[in-house]
Amino acid sequence: MEKLKYERPFIKKLNAGLMNKFGTRTEYTPHTHIDGVAVKELVAKYGSPVFVISEKQIRRNYQNAVRAFKTRYPKVQFAWSYKTNYINAVCNVFHQEGSWAEVVSGFEYQKAKGNGVPGNKIIFNGPDKTVADLELAINDGAMIHIDHFDELYELQELLTRLNKKARVAIRVNMDTGIYPMWDRFGFNYESGQAWNAITKIMASDNLELTGLHCHIGTFMLSTAAYGVAAAKLSDLAMNIKSRFGKIIQYLDLGGGFPSANTLKGSYLPGADIVPSIDEFAEVITSTLLNYGYKQDELPLLILETGRALIDDAGYLLGSVLATKRLSDGRRATIMDFGVNILFTAFWYDHKISPAQEFTHHTEDMVLYGPLCMNIDVVRESISLPLLNKGDQVVVHKVGAYNMTQWMQFIQMRPNVVMIDVNGNPHLIRNKETIDTLHDMEVLPDYLKKFEL
Amino acid sequence: MNAKKRQLTVAVTGLNAIDSPGPGVAVIRGIRDCADWDVRIIGLSYESLEPGIYMEGVCDKVYQIPYPAAGTEAIFNRIEYIHEKESIDVLIPNFDAELYNFIKLSPKLEEIGIHTFLPTTAQFEARDKINLFEFGKKHGFYVPKQVVIYSVSELPKVAEELGYPLVVKGKFYDAIIAQTLEQAQKAFHKLSAKWGTPIIVQEFINGTEINVAALGDGKGGTISAVPMRKMYITDKGKAWAGITLEDDRFLEMARKFCKATKWRGGYELEIMLSIDGKPYIMEVNPRFPAWIYLTVGAGQNQPAALVKMAMGHDVKPYDKYAIGKLFIRYSWDLITDIEDFQKISAFGEY
Amino acid sequence: MKLNKNLAVSETGFIFNPTSGDSFTANEIGTEIINLMKESKSIADIKTALLDKYDVEGNQLEKDVDDFMVLLRDNNLIQYER
Repeated sequence: MEKLKYERPFIKKLNAGLMNKFGTRTEYTPHTHIDGVAVKELVAKYGSPVFVISEKQIRRNYQNAVRAFKTRYPKVQFAWSYKTNYINAVCNVFHQEGSWAEVVSGFEYQKAKGNGVPGNKIIFNGPDKTVADLELAINDGAMIHIDHFDELYELQELLTRLNKKARVAIRVNMDTGIYPMWDRFGFNYESGQAWNAITKIMASDNLELTGLHCHIGTFMLSTAAYGVAAAKLSDLAMNIKSRFGKIIQYLDLGGGFPSANTLKGSYLPGADIVPSIDEFAEVITSTLLNYGYKQDELPLLILETGRALIDDAGYLLGSVLATKRLSDGRRATIMDFGVNILFTAFWYDHKISPAQEFTHHTEDMVLYGPLCMNIDVVRESISLPLLNKGDQVVVHKVGAYNMTQWMQFIQMRPNVVMIDVNGNPHLIRNKETIDTLHDMEVLPDYLKKFEL
Repeated sequence: MNAKKRQLTVAVTGLNAIDSPGPGVAVIRGIRDCADWDVRIIGLSYESLEPGIYMEGVCDKVYQIPYPAAGTEAIFNRIEYIHEKESIDVLIPNFDAELYNFIKLSPKLEEIGIHTFLPTTAQFEARDKINLFEFGKKHGFYVPKQVVIYSVSELPKVAEELGYPLVVKGKFYDAIIAQTLEQAQKAFHKLSAKWGTPIIVQEFINGTEINVAALGDGKGGTISAVPMRKMYITDKGKAWAGITLEDDRFLEMARKFCKATKWRGGYELEIMLSIDGKPYIMEVNPRFPAWIYLTVGAGQNQPAALVKMAMGHDVKPYDKYAIGKLFIRYSWDLITDIEDFQKISAFGEY
Repeated sequence: MKLNKNLAVSETGFIFNPTSGDSFTANEIGTEIINLMKESKSIADIKTALLDKYDVEGNQLEKDVDDFMVLLRDNNLIQYER
């Protein structure tokens, strides 16, 4: 006689006050395939855990964002934010689509250069640029976005010494009505600091002020703040023109558009409260178009959108290591991935789906990672089917920041796979091994021997 | 004429007719009182002990729906499932917290044949208490002065501007009256710990509280408005008993509100008539109040009128209502069996 | 270990504990175990019966049934004899 399909025995108290689950099946509808490739196959071939990136989704996101802005404004350029995900394969998908590069450190700069991005299409942001970094950027004709006065003076000295000129912009911070206000980067608008920096640049022979830059926050849920930012940058651009007769070539509105992830503590799911790219585009472009620029003096609009273009193209596949019951009766499920590679678990309640079919019974549980560290919690509370050891899950919307902020801590970093537009998986970053670690280490001779 | 009456299926939320009641049961009573149709009522509940699920003659069938926090996708899927079985003509959401989702979903619901009669997101947000002051200024209503603050260090300056006593309000709920700066700071910390920032600091208005239940046609017209004064309140501040009033000032306010916002659907104005006789809008609730059946009793069946407008019919504005009609809320212990509770809890249908 | 004998178990997996007034819902195997316990079957016998019937490893079933017993105890449906 053929045996029946097994499910672990389960009993649940009916509670009048608890959140009911009717209709919430989307949370635990099995997600068995990514772009047509079976999760089971991916895990068999590349191991567990493994990051999977959908090239198709990246291109779809990018083309949608470009459409949203270009149908509203004549001159638009995106620059891929390297810090969001700087795996070369990912960067190059964006570059193939026409995106420039936006970097915030010397090594990111070299990565962009190594990928073949011409210097004059690299935007160099951030508070930490070494003299060597700046020299490289000057020689390549990159767009250097100055963050503070120390950098401004250093750059001037360097240019005098090299007898060269540089294309620069300043980063401006400002009150856009949102809280907290990011005033630690760049020069403040309201206090006149930004204008002071502009005056100094305009007085310098070897600095050419080509643009103005701002980046008002992260995971911004308010479109109005971008309207304020566009207006304040435009105000500076207009003043520069009337005072110095200089036409600013571009306004860089930075990044900060949210993805559809759900922030911890948010009552409604991210997908319901996050404004669309079109809504941001509408506010920004209508502010610029109505500001009173002459048609031929409209600045190029640069956007450094990162998260909103890559987050939902990334998945993390993982497996159940064990299930147990905590002292207070709650179910705990231990996964083979944790905050070491899913850094964004600190910010988001990630959507997690099982990768195989289950019955309709679900259980509230804590999802832990594999680290022997108490902070390693993936979800404090989630309702999932009756998972067993070896079952697989899919974590959604993990494309942004995880593959850059991941830690090599207790566990090594796993494989990263990209599924191309035809549904073929490609390994784009090898999992780390013990050699990855040892290659970096130097053991002094006198420490090589010991007896126990 | 003996044509058969029109068959109509209406889905209603807010069946929690408890001590701090939702309006659902009162809305259903209004719809059932209307003789124009043969109505089937589908109750939509969140919890399995909402009295409206079990009450005789209220719902023909009840389905549990996911909480607003589950998001529009989950809610739509559930409504779609119910719609397949029940063919809903009109859906009336009755909770503040669910309105955001249902407003967002209304075009999708319309597509599958479910009519709603709701304000737009912009109207919904304009009357949010964070924006109410700006709203009042823009449309020429008396509204208490208020400042939205993020940090306790902003309090002294704001307090100087508004004077004491002042009201410190949480982002979603709760309000504390403060007589001194120390009390205000304490209230700020208490409310921000509970609801986060921003905190709303508001001028204190002393006077008589009046409530108006009203219905806007979405084109600037007012179909109905009935003012009521609470005669007695529970310790939760909810109306225990109330009486309809005759006062054109309040009707005028409702008409002005509908005209200014082109409000579509039911709403409640919470008005404070100050000692010097100025009617301040304290809050605008974007749905029918729990005491809506008083409007039916007074001769203006707002729930039925809303259903008609949702179905696309023209409805003539009501022009009179009975003055001095009272409602007195009472409790009633309903007896049922464990099987009923098990059914709704486990299957989500009853 | 003793199951509360007066538990009312319905075919659809509802369990009502008349002593406490609590209601429960169980999946198919959970209901099956409770019914077997009501018939005073030993846990060892129940495990054997389930192992015959379902496609499951012995270790897995052992662990899951033990966990189920903890659930029953946490919900005051069984008492351990002292």
